[in-house]
Amino acid sequence: MTPKSVLILGARSDIGRAVARRFAQSGASVTLAARRADALADDLADLRIRFKVVAEAVEFDATDGAAERFFDGLPALPDVVVMVVGLLGDQAQSEADLDAANAVMAANYTGPACYLLAAARRMGTRGSGCIVGISSVAGDRGRQSNFVYGSAKAGFTAFLAGLRNRLFKKGVTVVTVKPGFVATAMTAGMKLPPALTAQPSEVGDAIFTAVTKGRDVIYVRPIWRLIMTVIRSVPETVFKRLSM
Amino acid sequence: MSEPDRTRVPLTGWGRYPRRDCEVAAPTDPAAAAVARAPARPLIARGNGRSYGDASFGPGLTVDMRRLGRLIAFDEATGELTCEAGALLSEIVAVFTPRGWFPPVTPGTKFVTVGGMVASDVHGKNHHGAGSFCDHVLSARLALGDGTILTCSRAENADLFAATCGGMGLTGTLLTVTFRLIPVRSSKILQETVRAPDLATAIDIFESGSARTYSVAWIDCLASGAHLGRSVIIFGEHAAPQDLDPSEQATPFARPSPRGKRVPVDFPTVALNRLSVSLFNQVYYRLQKPGRKVVDIDPYFYPLDAIQDWNRIYGRHGFVQYQCVLPLETSRDGLTALLTEIARVGQASFLAVLKRLGHESFGHLSFPRAGYTLALDFPANPETFALLDRLDRIVTEAGGRLYLAKDARMRAPMLRAGYPRLEQFNAVRRRYGLDGRFRSALSDRLEI
Repeated sequence: MTPKSVLILGARSDIGRAVARRFAQSGASVTLAARRADALADDLADLRIRFKVVAEAVEFDATDGAAERFFDGLPALPDVVVMVVGLLGDQAQSEADLDAANAVMAANYTGPACYLLAAARRMGTRGSGCIVGISSVAGDRGRQSNFVYGSAKAGFTAFLAGLRNRLFKKGVTVVTVKPGFVATAMTAGMKLPPALTAQPSEVGDAIFTAVTKGRDVIYVRPIWRLIMTVIRSVPETVFKRLSM
Repeated sequence: MSEPDRTRVPLTGWGRYPRRDCEVAAPTDPAAAAVARAPARPLIARGNGRSYGDASFGPGLTVDMRRLGRLIAFDEATGELTCEAGALLSEIVAVFTPRGWFPPVTPGTKFVTVGGMVASDVHGKNHHGAGSFCDHVLSARLALGDGTILTCSRAENADLFAATCGGMGLTGTLLTVTFRLIPVRSSKILQETVRAPDLATAIDIFESGSARTYSVAWIDCLASGAHLGRSVIIFGEHAAPQDLDPSEQATPFARPSPRGKRVPVDFPTVALNRLSVSLFNQVYYRLQKPGRKVVDIDPYFYPLDAIQDWNRIYGRHGFVQYQCVLPLETSRDGLTALLTEIARVGQASFLAVLKRLGHESFGHLSFPRAGYTLALDFPANPETFALLDRLDRIVTEAGGRLYLAKDARMRAPMLRAGYPRLEQFNAVRRRYGLDGRFRSALSDRLEI
């Protein structure tokens, strides 16, 4: 499909901005959804000047439980909805402070999933559309270094798989995106191996291609599919002894 | 506003010499860039790291501006563009050339940020007619490091504007810049190539070509004796649709598909020697057939941008670029002295460019002035530094100066001799409370 309109949920992030630019480049009208939407004026101007597209901003909070009201308030249901919201958090802090753990789980799973349920019902009724969820390779196997975040992403990955299955016969596609490392504000200050680290623009390109070609699950850099296959294949009796 | 994330990374300029471990912040929000709350730490903004030496990083917090590169306003009638300082010139060229607008001044690479273009007050092949980039800047918004944001222009905070244009980022963090693009009728350049067998001829050709829009000479620094200053001079004009091949006239703004090459590894340091460069220069001189042809803007303005990471050809120790300008009245003798010394030593300079500059810019530390500028690359090694010290004396005696955006090794006395308005610059920094607050490795080295 060639999308005519896209809604970016979590548009202020580096990946959100890259996705918005890539779709705008193809001529799609863009709706940026984020907290403090009134502060997105410069981003809207940038999209309008660069790509001569229609660009609007709407107020959005993934964890406010108001998904039905949010979609009812949109002037039209977009062709594509991209859920970019996520929160890496800090594993040690999450283990010490359950409120912090809850915030990570809500921002990566329950919040985004509820919003996508609301989008999915409307797209199913219409009989067309595409839903994109940014999940994570961290959800492919729980590891001691980030399992609060990883388990929420695992839930989100399973959710997207089920949603894809549910919507298949209704003409709505679902793309699961596992970016691997991405050089963003979320990962600034981490020492990331360059060969495994994608730029936000690569993620934008990969998502656009996946949507137009109807892909199901993508790893932005293909090497990650291999890495995660190896990590998943380690027997649990061995895995539990590793420091990963 | 939360503080931007920080990390310590080794930084260099494009020459990869010198190198320094720096604390870096990469704000995504202009408010964070404006404040960068580090009361005791000096600040310096960094764009795309294309200045050659040590201007783009500092002893305190280095603020990476590349996440702040939005285009904020564009007037289709006048070509007036406002963008954030981190916007890349390459993106501006890609967006606006197809619509018939082009940067008023462009340096030899398009991988620079607009903030960097202001801080270095960059010039291009049209300096003799169009002046430097800041001649086309209408206003800029500048964060002074204490939360204050000032707009400066020729009318508003004019002293701060004059210090900021060419001020190497030492007068605050540029947030947005407003400048005017120029209208063009195609994305092509009508190029004319002329050979000059020696320096005197090259200068005569420049002087008689002052009405041409663009002019630059590639110069063979290893040629000596009667061939001293042997050059290929390349003129250019923006092409009109009727100048193009008939098959292209209907789509004058069409661009060739990008084809990038990349230098995948550091070359061994012996790869560029007197023999290989001399051979290259002789072949290049003969390959540049005199005459006219139509070329795309990319090969005309940005030939080296086609090779990603070309700075790796000098090997892992990096290289230094030496760019001086000599006043018009001392240019002939001074250039002869410089080229004689370079040819005598036989240090291989792969890239050597000669260009006539027009008038002196209004920026206190702007590089251009009426005269001739010579730019050379050398591998960073002790022989080079000894040679450059000798070249420094020739430049200073001729009343010339070095380009701060290229410099990695000059010392403070030469700066003071070459930049008589340094005192005015320092006075503005004191007036606005910027001295000590904004510092780079360059400003520390040059005692600015």
